[in-house]
Amino acid sequence: MAETKYTEEHEWIRVEGDVGTIGITQYAQEQLGDVVFVDVPAAGRKVAKGEACAVVESVKAASDIYAPVGGEVVESNAALADTPGDVNAEPTGKGWFFKLKLSDKGELDGLMDEAAYEAFVKSLG
Amino acid sequence: MTEAPAGPLKRTPLYDLHRELGARLVPFAGYEMPVQYPTGILVEHAHTRTACGLFDVSHMGQVRLTAKPGQNAAKAMETLVPGDIAGLQPGQQRYTQFTNDAGGILDDLMVTSTGDHLLVVVNAACKDADLAHMQKHLSATCEVEPMFSRGLLALQGPQASAVLSRLVPQVATMKFMTGAYVVIDGARCYVTRSGYTGGDGYEISTPADQTDAIARKLLGHPEVKPIGLGARDSLRLEAGLCLYGHDIDTTTTPVEAVLLWSVGKERRVQGGFPGAAVVQKQIAEGSTRKRVGLLPEGKAIAREGAEIVIDGKTVGTVTSGGFSPTLGRAIAMGYVERSQSANGTRVDLMVRGKPVPAEIVPMPFVKHTYYRG
Repeated sequence: MAETKYTEEHEWIRVEGDVGTIGITQYAQEQLGDVVFVDVPAAGRKVAKGEACAVVESVKAASDIYAPVGGEVVESNAALADTPGDVNAEPTGKGWFFKLKLSDKGELDGLMDEAAYEAFVKSLG
Repeated sequence: MTEAPAGPLKRTPLYDLHRELGARLVPFAGYEMPVQYPTGILVEHAHTRTACGLFDVSHMGQVRLTAKPGQNAAKAMETLVPGDIAGLQPGQQRYTQFTNDAGGILDDLMVTSTGDHLLVVVNAACKDADLAHMQKHLSATCEVEPMFSRGLLALQGPQASAVLSRLVPQVATMKFMTGAYVVIDGARCYVTRSGYTGGDGYEISTPADQTDAIARKLLGHPEVKPIGLGARDSLRLEAGLCLYGHDIDTTTTPVEAVLLWSVGKERRVQGGFPGAAVVQKQIAEGSTRKRVGLLPEGKAIAREGAEIVIDGKTVGTVTSGGFSPTLGRAIAMGYVERSQSANGTRVDLMVRGKPVPAEIVPMPFVKHTYYRG
């Protein structure tokens, strides 16, 4: 049973077993505007919770993507190299960034569930 | 020059229209300005290149210079800029720069002669300083009248002429870098065939209280869509045009910025503008650095501030960089040492600590399509 958690930096992580798939939220892609390039981490890279490990470039600016939890990158979304617009079209589907083998599932407890994230976005006005 | 001044943000005459159109408004040069509309920057950019875009550039500073009795406004203006202003025929427009005593650029601007007076358009972030500069140096010879409340609309793209000539037939035959007073919907406007996209188009100076009605009228034509500052920036970068405060500033001269084409031929010899000695020396001996176009390989985007490196040695800095929607790839411009500035030179652009291979290339990145008759 997959569960999805959210960060205050507008990343989502969908966890199945001990692997989490990471991307950015609908709110984040709307704020960024048209995505033209995504720099994803290579498989095998170890990242700590909160570490900047991917970059998403819109026409206007580059934004860091932070690891919601720590772990080892097991796969990145190679298709984004040719179709970065997937991040805008399907931010929680085809527009995923990378997959992490979690080092400590306990780190998920500090993240928001969907209801808490929705309330958080509302509070941003 | 681009940091937002303290105090509440100002609004242009089109603020309500931007809100109605669903624009994302951001602070820019002290104004609340539309960075994009709901369709997004890529669509807006493509629309301007293929049809017609309407930009609100009312935040820019418009100033009228009228000679006092027995004086010559163009000659007076030439004491502040290196452009050939005295040689402007009535209805002609020219691009030039305010320079400082070191030859650095205080701002870049457009000057149009109507025959009776000069119309000057300066950058929003510099307009208060520019006005003070003109008042200080030109008040003895000219009436210096700020017209900061007027609207300024840019109508740009291959369909701009077809659209505007439905309202004002005479604009169809106007040539690039000329201007004329026209009446649109009963409002007296000044139209120039110019812009900041590298393509054909017009800028329309409008009375403040009629700007909204004229903008709505233009948007009523099926070819016209509203375009925000985001696409304005990607369009001008493709055209290789400088953005003040980024590609040019007080530390860069017109020679270093490769804007010598805008310095009058006689003025190169005769001088008479601030920093003329520095500019003349650079014309004779060459400047130590030069603005160049940069074409990065791959998809990574080198933005402003990225170091330009050859064989591990830093030779310059990127001053503007972004994604070119027309070319579907990253483009940039920056300054390099003149000895390393030849087209075809291989460089690395440092993006997040990693070298991105790039080549020095001629600009513009996308061919200009100005209407020259």
